[in-house]
Amino acid sequence: MLQFLQLLASGIAQGCIYGLLALGFVLIYKATEAINFAQGDLMMLGGFVGLGTSVAMGMPFWIAFLATLIVMFLFGMLMERTVLRPLLGHPSFTVVMVTIGVGFLSRGMVTMIPFWGTETHVLPVPYRDQIVRLGGQGNEGGLVLPTEHLVIIGITVMLILSLYLLFKHTKIGIAMKATSQNQLAAFYMGIPVRRINMMVWGLSAAVSACAGLLLAPITFVHANMGFVGLKAFPAAVIGGFGSIPGALVGGLIIGVVEMFAGFYLPEGFKDIAAYVVVLIMLAVKPTGLFGENLRKRV
Amino acid sequence: MRFLFKTNYHQDVRLFKHGGQIFWYAALAVLLLAMPWLMPEYYVSQLVFIWIYAIVSVGLMILVGFTGQVSIGHAAFLAMGAYTEGYLQQLGWPFALSLTFAALVSGITGIIVGLPALRVKGMYLAIATLAFGFIVEEGVTRADGITGGNSGMMLGSLDVFGIAIDSEQRMYYLCLIILVLCVVGVMNLLRSPTGRAFVAIRDSEVSAQSMGINLAYYKTTAFALSAAITGIAGALYAHKLRYISPEQFTFLQSIELLIILVVGGVGTIYGAIFGAAFWIGVQQLIVIAKDWLPPAIGQQTGLQPTIFGIILIAFILFEPMGLYGRWLKIRTYFQLFPFYRKGMFRRQKSYMKSERMK
Repeated sequence: MLQFLQLLASGIAQGCIYGLLALGFVLIYKATEAINFAQGDLMMLGGFVGLGTSVAMGMPFWIAFLATLIVMFLFGMLMERTVLRPLLGHPSFTVVMVTIGVGFLSRGMVTMIPFWGTETHVLPVPYRDQIVRLGGQGNEGGLVLPTEHLVIIGITVMLILSLYLLFKHTKIGIAMKATSQNQLAAFYMGIPVRRINMMVWGLSAAVSACAGLLLAPITFVHANMGFVGLKAFPAAVIGGFGSIPGALVGGLIIGVVEMFAGFYLPEGFKDIAAYVVVLIMLAVKPTGLFGENLRKRV
Repeated sequence: MRFLFKTNYHQDVRLFKHGGQIFWYAALAVLLLAMPWLMPEYYVSQLVFIWIYAIVSVGLMILVGFTGQVSIGHAAFLAMGAYTEGYLQQLGWPFALSLTFAALVSGITGIIVGLPALRVKGMYLAIATLAFGFIVEEGVTRADGITGGNSGMMLGSLDVFGIAIDSEQRMYYLCLIILVLCVVGVMNLLRSPTGRAFVAIRDSEVSAQSMGINLAYYKTTAFALSAAITGIAGALYAHKLRYISPEQFTFLQSIELLIILVVGGVGTIYGAIFGAAFWIGVQQLIVIAKDWLPPAIGQQTGLQPTIFGIILIAFILFEPMGLYGRWLKIRTYFQLFPFYRKGMFRRQKSYMKSERMK
C-alpha cells in the first residue's frame, strides 16, 4: 500500500510536468490551430536560461525563475513574430514542420554554446535533496516525498490557478478566449488578433520554461531534455486537445500510468506506456476526456 | 515555347506529355546508367543512399503529398521492412521472395496503423502514427530473439537471381531498378481512379465523400501502399548497411523523412526524389565543410541539427513549394521570357482556414 502511494506521488509529480507541457500545446492549439513540436525544446531552452540567470549571472533562484519566465515569454513572442506570422493561413502541416525546424535549430544552437551546450548541468535549487515524511516514526517508514516533487506540484497548482484567473477576469485573457473561439469575429470586435496570438505563444513558451525549471532538479539540464515533450502529446490528446483542465488531467494520467508501468510491468513498458494509452484512447474516444464532441461545418 | 494541341482525352493522362520529355528522360536514363563508371566508388555509394531515400520518400509522398494524411512514424515501416528482410534472409529465403514478403509485412502493418485514420484526422492521426513509431522502436529492441535487440542484426551477402550483389556498382543498379519500378508504379497509380481518389481526399474529404469516394477504403489503401513501398526501401537499406539496429529507426529518422518531402516539394514525385538527393547531398557537404571550417565551429555536434533547422525553416518560409517549385519557376521564367511575372506561383492565402470542428 505504501509503495502504491509512493509510486502515485512520483507519478503525479512527473504528470504535472507533462501536464504543463500539454498545457503549452493546448494554449497554442486553441489560439492558432498550430501544433508546436518545439514545445519540448522551449522547455529545454527554459532550463538553459534558468542556468544562465542563476549560475552565470548569480541571481537568487526564485528571481532567476521569474527572469527565465520573462525571457522565455519574449522568446515565444519572437518566435511567433519571425517564423509563424508569415505562415498565417497556411495548412497546419506547414506550421508543424516549421516548429520542428525551430526545435532542430534551438537544439543545435544550444549544443554549440562553448563549454556548456554538450554538458549535463545541475541547476542549483534551494530545495534540493530534502525530503518530507508523512506518517511513520521519526526518521523511518512513512511516505517519503522529495521536496522537488512537492515543489513541482505546488507550483503547477499555482500556475493553473493564475491561468484560470487570467482567462476568467482579465481583459487580455478574455480576448485570448475570444480569439480562440472565432478569430474573424474577434477581429471585428476590435481585438488585435495578431498581437494576442503573439502573446499566446509567449505564454505557452513561459509555461514550458516553467516545466523545464521544475524538471531540472530531477533530470538535470541538457540539450536533449526536450524529448520529454513528445510524451506531452499523448497527455494533450487524452485530455481532449483544446481543453485546459483536460491537458493537466491527461498529464497526470500519463505520469501515473508510466510510473506504475515502470514498476509492475516488464522492462521497456515504461517508455511506451504513454503511447499505448493514447492509442487506446484514440480507438475508444478520439475526442478525449474533456473534448467537445462537435461536427465540422462544411 | 511549346504548344500542346490536345485532340484526345487520353493525352491528359499520358505519362510523357510530349516528345521533348521522352528525349530528356532517355538522356537522363543514359546518364544514370553510366554514372557508376564516371564516379569514384564512394560517390556511387552515396548515390545508392539517394535512391533508397528516394524510394522511401516516394512511399511517404503517396500518404502525405497525395492523400493528405500526415505520418510521423514512418521509420517504423522502414524498420519493419529491414528486419523482415534480415530475418528471412537468415532463414535462407531468396531475395525476390523475401523482398515481396517485407513489402507485404509492412503493408499489412500499414493497414493496422491506418485504422485509426478512419476515425481521427489531422493532428490526432499524426499523434497516433507517432505513438506507433515509438512502440515499434521499443518492440524491435525488446524482441531480441528475432531482431538481435540492441546489439543489432548482421545481414549476409545479397544474391539476386544468382547474381551476387558484391560491389557498390551492382547495388547501385539494383536500387535504381527498384526505384524506377516504384516511381513508374506510383505514376500509373496516380493517373488511375485510385490515385484521383487520393488527391480528392487530400483536397477536401467532405467533397470527396459526396462524390462517392469511400474514405475508409482509400485511406487504408494509401496507408498500405505507402507502408509497402517504405518496407521495400527498408529491405534495401538493410542490405546497403549490412547491419541494422534500433537506433537507425527512431523518431528523428521519421522527422528526417518528412523534412525530405518539404524540402523537395510536397505533392509531386519529383519533389520526393529532389528532396532525397538534396538531403544526402547536404550531409556530404557538412562532412566536407567540417574540414574547412575552423575547429571551434566545425567540430561541434550541434552543427548538423542547426543546419537542418535553418534549411527547413528557410524552405518553408521562402520556397514553400520546395526544390521542385524552384525548378518550375526557373523553367517557366525561361519558357515565357521576358513575360514572367513575380506573382505567378503565389499561393492563395486565407485568413483562417479552420481544420477545427465547429
